[in-house]
Amino acid sequence: MSNKIKHYLGDKDVQLILGTLLRIGVLVSTAIVIIGGVVFLSTQKNQTVSFQNFNPEQANFSSVAKIFTGLKAMDGLAIIQFGVLLLIFTPIARVVFSIFSFLMEKDYMYVVIGIIVLCVIITSLYLDIAH
Amino acid sequence: MTVLLFTIIVLLGAFVAGLLGSLTGLGGGVIIIPLLTLGLGVDIHYAIGASIISVIATSSGSAAAYVKEGITNIRIGMFLEIATTISAIVGVIIATYIKADYIIVIFGLILLFSAFMMLRKKIDHSNNEKTSVLANYFKLNGSYPVDGVQKQYAVHHVVGGFAMMFVAGTLSGLLGIGSGALKVIGMDNIMKIPFKVSTTTSNFMMGVTAAASALVYLHKGQIDPAIAMPVTIGVISGATIGAKILIRTKTDKLKLVFAVVVVFLALQMIYKGLTGAA
Repeated sequence: MSNKIKHYLGDKDVQLILGTLLRIGVLVSTAIVIIGGVVFLSTQKNQTVSFQNFNPEQANFSSVAKIFTGLKAMDGLAIIQFGVLLLIFTPIARVVFSIFSFLMEKDYMYVVIGIIVLCVIITSLYLDIAH
Repeated sequence: MTVLLFTIIVLLGAFVAGLLGSLTGLGGGVIIIPLLTLGLGVDIHYAIGASIISVIATSSGSAAAYVKEGITNIRIGMFLEIATTISAIVGVIIATYIKADYIIVIFGLILLFSAFMMLRKKIDHSNNEKTSVLANYFKLNGSYPVDGVQKQYAVHHVVGGFAMMFVAGTLSGLLGIGSGALKVIGMDNIMKIPFKVSTTTSNFMMGVTAAASALVYLHKGQIDPAIAMPVTIGVISGATIGAKILIRTKTDKLKLVFAVVVVFLALQMIYKGLTGAA
């Protein structure tokens, strides 16, 4: 244990941009989910639905590529899933932004830490786990 | 059940989950999963996928407000995210190898633990006399505004806190929850970070942790858009309204009532898992 305490102040501008980024990400993705929901319900609201058994083979839009294919066809579920994807990317964008802000502060240790976190997340994109 | 009826029920349930989640500090996932599994007979795999999306939504939504206030410690968050993101992926991998019934039982136990954590007296453990060598090395010490004055704080037991985050991340990936209760234990009790800072930083981290496991769940086909749609819309609107009410209300009584409900749900989940009625 040492008695010397160093303190670091968060840059106010960075905090402000971060907060705005998160808010916009949530707002835009929710709006897209709502639009997709309206399209989906207007076409299939009276169909029966059951999720009692998990069928990964019948999964709707379970990859980024599939989502974009469905988007071209203006499929309601694909639009929803695109909004969900944006929501997932909001915190990831935050990590990327933090890396840049650490870079500007010349805090290279945290640039590296940020890149490690980003690499872990990117790994999860390519991780294909068997069921 | 028709698509329309299913959507309306989940939308209302998710709204209540988001509202109570933001008022009591318990994540939306703890209500979403029982609602979907016990209430609507949805398979636990889909429920976990929907829940992880609700965790990201609430975390990003509330973090937006906290970050602006300058309470969140971005360095602590980023540093601990190394542990939570790696272990979240480990949690998702574990989930593919164990029986769904066991996952339901573990979820019930975590629910009991979260209810207990919600009710306990919150003691500020912060100690600013000393700090650890590692905390200095990783620049974790910081300051936050208290009544307009910047109050400094020191961070302790970095290794212990980091290890605790492995547990929190694993459970987050395994169950599709934010693991807020465990993250706060790691930061409050072990690292002795002041309460306000630990709560907001934990929330800040949750989104990143959940994003890592959400991508894996997406590929596994566990995120169904027909469920994710009402869950996302409901949770976000509930959490937004909850945050506005929170400023004006005392939540002690609500927490007590909510804890009773959560314990009841937890016991139901454990029973369901043990009897194989899942």
